[in-house]
Amino acid sequence: MNNADSSTAMLVVLRHAPHGSSWLREGLDVALVGAAFGQSVSLLFLGDGVQALIKGQQKGALGQKGTHPTLDMLAMYDIDTLLVDADSLAQRGLAEDDLQLPVTLIASSQLLRVFSRHAPVFNF
Amino acid sequence: MRYALLVQGAPYSHQAAHSALRFASALIDRGHRLETVFFYHDGVYNAQRLAAPPQDEPHLIEAWQRLHHEQGTALLVCVAAALKRGVIDERESRRHGMQGHSLAASFELTGVGQLVEAAMTHDRLVTFSP
Repeated sequence: MNNADSSTAMLVVLRHAPHGSSWLREGLDVALVGAAFGQSVSLLFLGDGVQALIKGQQKGALGQKGTHPTLDMLAMYDIDTLLVDADSLAQRGLAEDDLQLPVTLIASSQLLRVFSRHAPVFNF
Repeated sequence: MRYALLVQGAPYSHQAAHSALRFASALIDRGHRLETVFFYHDGVYNAQRLAAPPQDEPHLIEAWQRLHHEQGTALLVCVAAALKRGVIDERESRRHGMQGHSLAASFELTGVGQLVEAAMTHDRLVTFSP
Protein backbone atom coordinates (compact mmCIF):
# COMPACT_ATOMS: atom_id res chain seq x y z
CA MET A 1 0.00 0.00 0.00
CA ASN A 2 1.36 3.39 -0.91
CA ASN A 3 1.27 6.45 1.27
CA ALA A 4 -0.70 8.28 -1.35
CA ASP A 5 -2.22 8.01 -4.76
CA SER A 6 -2.89 10.79 -7.22
CA SER A 7 -6.53 11.18 -6.20
CA THR A 8 -5.69 12.02 -2.56
CA ALA A 9 -4.67 15.50 -1.50
CA MET A 10 -1.65 16.00 0.70
CA LEU A 11 -2.18 17.81 3.98
CA VAL A 12 0.18 20.36 5.50
CA VAL A 13 -0.61 21.00 9.16
CA LEU A 14 0.58 24.39 10.46
CA ARG A 15 0.68 24.64 14.24
CA HIS A 16 3.02 27.59 14.84
CA ALA A 17 2.53 31.36 14.78
CA PRO A 18 4.58 33.53 12.41
CA HIS A 19 7.85 35.19 13.43
CA GLY A 20 8.69 33.26 16.62
CA SER A 21 10.20 30.31 14.75
CA SER A 22 10.71 29.13 11.16
CA TRP A 23 8.14 26.32 11.47
CA LEU A 24 5.39 28.20 9.65
CA ARG A 25 7.65 29.43 6.83
CA GLU A 26 9.24 26.03 6.26
CA GLY A 27 5.84 24.33 6.44
CA LEU A 28 4.41 26.67 3.82
CA ASP A 29 7.44 25.97 1.62
CA VAL A 30 6.54 22.27 1.62
CA ALA A 31 2.95 23.16 0.61
CA LEU A 32 4.14 25.35 -2.28
CA VAL A 33 6.62 22.76 -3.50
CA GLY A 34 3.96 20.03 -3.27
CA ALA A 35 1.62 22.15 -5.40
CA ALA A 36 4.43 22.91 -7.85
CA PHE A 37 4.91 19.12 -8.15
CA GLY A 38 1.29 18.83 -9.24
CA GLN A 39 -0.09 17.59 -5.95
CA SER A 40 -3.44 18.72 -4.66
CA VAL A 41 -2.65 20.41 -1.32
CA SER A 42 -4.85 21.27 1.69
CA LEU A 43 -3.65 23.37 4.62
CA LEU A 44 -4.86 22.84 8.17
CA PHE A 45 -4.26 25.69 10.63
CA LEU A 46 -4.27 24.28 14.11
CA GLY A 47 -3.43 25.72 17.55
CA ASP A 48 -1.18 28.79 17.30
CA GLY A 49 -1.05 28.17 13.56
CA VAL A 50 -4.35 30.05 13.17
CA GLN A 51 -2.42 33.26 13.92
CA ALA A 52 -0.73 32.90 10.53
CA LEU A 53 -3.99 34.07 8.96
CA ILE A 54 -4.58 37.24 10.98
CA LYS A 55 -5.19 40.29 8.75
CA GLY A 56 -2.87 43.28 8.59
CA GLN A 57 0.43 41.56 9.38
CA GLN A 58 3.77 43.16 8.60
CA LYS A 59 7.37 42.06 8.49
CA GLY A 60 8.77 40.64 11.69
CA ALA A 61 10.79 42.89 13.97
CA LEU A 62 13.78 40.57 13.57
CA GLY A 63 14.11 41.21 9.84
CA GLN A 64 12.24 38.09 8.69
CA LYS A 65 10.19 38.43 5.55
CA GLY A 66 6.98 37.38 7.23
CA THR A 67 4.61 34.75 5.89
CA HIS A 68 1.55 36.86 4.94
CA PRO A 69 2.80 37.50 1.36
CA THR A 70 3.20 33.72 0.94
CA LEU A 71 -0.40 33.21 2.02
CA ASP A 72 -1.53 35.65 -0.66
CA MET A 73 0.32 33.52 -3.23
CA LEU A 74 -1.48 30.30 -2.31
CA ALA A 75 -4.27 30.87 -4.86
CA MET A 76 -1.65 31.11 -7.63
CA TYR A 77 -0.54 27.61 -6.64
CA ASP A 78 -4.16 26.38 -6.66
CA ILE A 79 -4.04 25.88 -2.90
CA ASP A 80 -7.54 26.94 -1.93
CA THR A 81 -8.51 24.44 0.73
CA LEU A 82 -7.63 26.32 3.91
CA LEU A 83 -8.99 24.45 6.90
CA VAL A 84 -9.05 26.16 10.28
CA ASP A 85 -9.76 24.47 13.58
CA ALA A 86 -12.70 26.45 14.95
CA ASP A 87 -11.77 25.85 18.59
CA SER A 88 -8.20 27.08 18.08
CA LEU A 89 -9.59 30.27 16.58
CA ALA A 90 -12.15 30.86 19.34
CA GLN A 91 -9.64 30.09 22.11
CA ARG A 92 -7.47 32.95 20.81
CA GLY A 93 -10.36 35.44 20.71
CA LEU A 94 -10.42 35.39 16.90
CA ALA A 95 -13.25 35.12 14.41
CA GLU A 96 -13.38 34.36 10.68
CA ASP A 97 -13.58 38.13 9.95
CA ASP A 98 -10.12 38.62 11.46
CA LEU A 99 -8.51 36.40 8.79
CA GLN A 100 -6.90 37.57 5.56
CA LEU A 101 -8.27 34.73 3.41
CA PRO A 102 -11.53 32.79 3.12
CA VAL A 103 -11.30 29.58 5.12
CA THR A 104 -13.33 26.51 6.02
CA LEU A 105 -13.92 26.15 9.75
CA ILE A 106 -13.57 22.62 11.08
CA ALA A 107 -15.07 21.40 14.34
CA SER A 108 -12.51 19.57 16.48
CA SER A 109 -14.65 16.45 16.26
CA GLN A 110 -14.09 16.45 12.48
CA LEU A 111 -10.28 16.64 12.61
CA LEU A 112 -9.86 12.88 12.55
CA ARG A 113 -11.82 12.75 9.30
CA VAL A 114 -9.64 15.49 7.80
CA PHE A 115 -6.50 13.49 8.60
CA SER A 116 -7.91 10.22 7.34
CA ARG A 117 -8.93 11.76 4.01
CA HIS A 118 -5.47 13.09 3.21
CA ALA A 119 -2.14 11.47 2.40
CA PRO A 120 0.62 12.19 2.93
CA VAL A 121 0.39 14.40 6.03
CA PHE A 122 3.18 16.85 6.86
CA ASN A 123 3.13 18.26 10.36
CA PHE A 124 4.81 21.60 11.15
CA MET B 1 7.57 -2.02 3.49
CA ARG B 2 9.61 0.84 2.13
CA TYR B 3 10.04 3.60 4.69
CA ALA B 4 11.08 7.23 4.56
CA LEU B 5 11.81 9.29 7.66
CA LEU B 6 11.52 13.05 8.07
CA VAL B 7 13.84 14.35 10.82
CA GLN B 8 13.28 17.91 12.04
CA GLY B 9 15.11 18.01 15.37
CA ALA B 10 18.74 19.03 15.89
CA PRO B 11 21.00 16.30 17.33
CA TYR B 12 21.66 16.50 21.09
CA SER B 13 19.12 19.36 21.48
CA HIS B 14 16.05 17.17 21.19
CA GLN B 15 15.04 13.54 21.24
CA ALA B 16 13.89 13.55 17.60
CA ALA B 17 17.12 12.29 16.00
CA HIS B 18 17.69 9.66 18.73
CA SER B 19 14.14 8.37 18.31
CA ALA B 20 14.41 8.35 14.52
CA LEU B 21 17.60 6.24 14.68
CA ARG B 22 16.03 3.77 17.11
CA PHE B 23 12.96 3.53 14.90
CA ALA B 24 15.28 2.99 11.92
CA SER B 25 17.01 0.02 13.52
CA ALA B 26 13.70 -1.43 14.72
CA LEU B 27 12.14 -1.37 11.28
CA ILE B 28 15.26 -2.88 9.68
CA ASP B 29 15.23 -5.64 12.33
CA ARG B 30 11.64 -6.39 11.27
CA GLY B 31 12.73 -6.84 7.65
CA HIS B 32 11.53 -3.49 6.30
CA ARG B 33 13.64 -1.19 4.15
CA LEU B 34 14.68 2.30 5.13
CA GLU B 35 15.30 3.93 1.77
CA THR B 36 15.32 7.63 2.55
CA VAL B 37 15.89 9.98 5.47
CA PHE B 38 15.05 13.63 4.79
CA PHE B 39 16.48 16.29 7.12
CA TYR B 40 14.50 19.53 7.36
CA HIS B 41 14.15 22.48 9.75
CA ASP B 42 16.76 22.10 12.56
CA GLY B 43 17.16 18.46 11.52
CA VAL B 44 19.75 19.65 8.99
CA TYR B 45 22.25 19.90 11.87
CA ASN B 46 22.37 16.09 11.82
CA ALA B 47 24.52 16.50 8.72
CA GLN B 48 27.23 18.61 10.42
CA ARG B 49 30.66 17.31 9.44
CA LEU B 50 32.38 18.95 12.39
CA ALA B 51 30.19 17.67 15.22
CA ALA B 52 32.33 16.30 18.07
CA PRO B 53 30.01 14.84 20.70
CA PRO B 54 31.37 13.47 23.99
CA GLN B 55 32.90 10.00 23.51
CA ASP B 56 30.54 8.37 25.99
CA GLU B 57 27.46 9.49 24.08
CA PRO B 58 26.06 8.02 20.87
CA HIS B 59 27.59 9.62 17.78
CA LEU B 60 24.45 10.45 15.85
CA ILE B 61 26.12 11.70 12.68
CA GLU B 62 28.12 8.47 12.38
CA ALA B 63 24.97 6.47 13.08
CA TRP B 64 23.30 8.09 10.06
CA GLN B 65 26.38 7.38 7.95
CA ARG B 66 26.31 3.74 9.04
CA LEU B 67 22.72 3.49 7.78
CA HIS B 68 23.87 4.85 4.46
CA HIS B 69 26.76 2.37 4.17
CA GLU B 70 24.99 -0.71 5.51
CA GLN B 71 21.45 -0.20 4.22
CA GLY B 72 22.00 2.09 1.26
CA THR B 73 19.74 4.68 2.88
CA ALA B 74 19.78 8.04 1.07
CA LEU B 75 20.51 10.89 3.50
CA LEU B 76 18.85 13.92 1.94
CA VAL B 77 19.25 17.40 3.42
CA CYS B 78 17.04 20.32 2.41
CA VAL B 79 19.39 22.79 0.75
CA ALA B 80 17.38 25.92 1.67
CA ALA B 81 17.08 24.92 5.33
CA ALA B 82 20.75 23.85 5.45
CA LEU B 83 22.47 26.81 3.80
CA LYS B 84 20.92 29.43 6.06
CA ARG B 85 21.98 27.36 9.08
CA GLY B 86 25.59 27.01 7.92
CA VAL B 87 25.37 23.41 6.68
CA ILE B 88 27.02 23.70 3.30
CA ASP B 89 28.71 21.34 0.85
CA GLU B 90 31.84 22.00 -1.21
CA ARG B 91 29.97 23.07 -4.30
CA GLU B 92 27.72 25.59 -2.53
CA SER B 93 30.67 26.83 -0.51
CA ARG B 94 32.57 27.63 -3.71
CA ARG B 95 29.49 29.25 -5.23
CA HIS B 96 29.17 31.53 -2.20
CA GLY B 97 32.90 32.30 -2.15
CA MET B 98 33.32 30.69 1.28
CA GLN B 99 36.22 28.76 2.74
CA GLY B 100 35.63 25.17 3.80
CA HIS B 101 32.45 23.14 3.93
CA SER B 102 30.44 21.61 6.73
CA LEU B 103 28.30 18.85 5.18
CA ALA B 104 29.31 15.39 6.38
CA ALA B 105 30.12 12.64 3.88
CA SER B 106 27.21 10.44 2.72
CA PHE B 107 24.71 13.30 3.11
CA GLU B 108 23.53 15.21 0.06
CA LEU B 109 21.92 18.62 -0.31
CA THR B 110 18.67 18.49 -2.21
CA GLY B 111 15.37 20.34 -2.60
CA VAL B 112 12.11 20.02 -0.66
CA GLY B 113 10.71 18.45 -3.81
CA GLN B 114 12.60 15.30 -2.81
CA LEU B 115 10.61 15.20 0.43
CA VAL B 116 7.31 15.39 -1.44
CA GLU B 117 8.62 12.77 -3.85
CA ALA B 118 9.64 10.49 -0.96
CA ALA B 119 6.19 10.82 0.58
CA MET B 120 4.57 9.77 -2.68
CA THR B 121 6.90 6.89 -3.55
CA HIS B 122 7.46 5.15 -0.19
CA ASP B 123 4.90 3.07 1.65
CA ARG B 124 5.32 5.11 4.83
CA LEU B 125 6.70 8.51 5.77
CA VAL B 126 7.28 8.89 9.51
CA THR B 127 8.10 12.31 10.99
CA PHE B 128 10.35 12.93 14.00
CA SER B 129 10.04 16.50 15.30
CA PRO B 130 11.04 18.15 18.58
